[in-house]
Amino acid sequence: MECLLGIKGRDFVLMASDCVVSAHGIVAMKKDHDKMFKMTDSLVMSVIGHGGDDVQFAEYIAKNIQLYRMRNGYNLSTKEAATFTRRNLADYLRSNTPYSVHLLIGGFDREEGASLYYMDYLATSTKVPFAVHGYGAYFTLSTMDRYYHDDMTQKEALHLLQRCIDEINTRFVINMPTYKIRIVDKDGIHDLDDMKPTGSGGSQGPESMVG
Amino acid sequence: MSIMSYNGGAIMAMRGKDCVAIAADRRFGIQAQTVSMDFDKIFEMGPRLYIGLAGLATDIQTVSERLKFRVNLYELRENRRIKPKTLLSVVSNLLYERRFGPYFIEPVIAGIDPLTLEPYVASCDLIGCPMVAKDFAVSGTCSEQMYGMCESLWVEDMTPDQLFEAISQALMNSVDRDALSGWGAIVHIIERDRVTTKTLKTRMD
Repeated sequence: MECLLGIKGRDFVLMASDCVVSAHGIVAMKKDHDKMFKMTDSLVMSVIGHGGDDVQFAEYIAKNIQLYRMRNGYNLSTKEAATFTRRNLADYLRSNTPYSVHLLIGGFDREEGASLYYMDYLATSTKVPFAVHGYGAYFTLSTMDRYYHDDMTQKEALHLLQRCIDEINTRFVINMPTYKIRIVDKDGIHDLDDMKPTGSGGSQGPESMVG
Repeated sequence: MSIMSYNGGAIMAMRGKDCVAIAADRRFGIQAQTVSMDFDKIFEMGPRLYIGLAGLATDIQTVSERLKFRVNLYELRENRRIKPKTLLSVVSNLLYERRFGPYFIEPVIAGIDPLTLEPYVASCDLIGCPMVAKDFAVSGTCSEQMYGMCESLWVEDMTPDQLFEAISQALMNSVDRDALSGWGAIVHIIERDRVTTKTLKTRMD
């Protein structure tokens, strides 16, 4: 019932997550919950999962990444953080206490630039240009395939994200009124205003795609 | 829902005259949904030794990491490159250690022996039963299609160019008939003195 989105632009990663917490099945307990966790100054992880797994796992990874920074004096790169996260998730998978979490890791480093990693609950990790977790994927991946290109500017990425959110709002049965947005670039993590679906229902026509 | 067909995928290796080729599709999907089109399933274990892994994607990544670890230690201890048939034994051991809770992958090995320069193709099942092939080895969700294509197209003693043609056509036409495999293919042709890597465009669906 939850949704995470990520889009990699030319030198930034745009991360978006819905804000609904439905801890007891049909009840929306909270509609302004932040599902993203700051790992380092230029690394963000967004997580969804069952029970308390999402927060427990994300905090565990975040603290270990900070520990690495304290011990060694420099941050893990995005790829290294993703590999570390994958290794932990894979080790827990075949233990008595597996974590059931889906995550997106978005970060910026000087060598690689912006990178976005998709990881599912089985600990399969892959670097992708854009990604969606949850039922929202069924409604938005095609839109992303159509309008995404390498080298997107922030404005284009936000426009694409708005299209996706509008589509989810139109066609997905669960109501997700707000999305938290963050951008990770060379200057760090920037919180943007929450994005809400506009009334236009996702189909804005090709001519409305601003360059 | 079978665990081996949760992510989908296809690997194929063929033996030629003084050369081997190994090929794989590039799709990473979760049941019907495709997530990425550049997922690597073939890993280099030596300058002329490659292993392809088909099955559950997380185990593909875990086994390739653990195997590389074992091969690195082997090469440090022995101070030489690992032979293809030794790699087969290492893989078999790694998989059988998990006999009652296995890794859900079926590996295919293709390489050239560093000393004798013999081409070598082999495969295992998910619990490590080794099988050395004199012609070809396949593994994946479209294995039946791949067996059919390989049986028709493989001939003995193919040159590298002929081998590339044969393995490309065999893999392409097999994955085009499988919903869970495809979205492009990658082929490595391994000869005594070089490795050539080519990508193929299959049906992009």
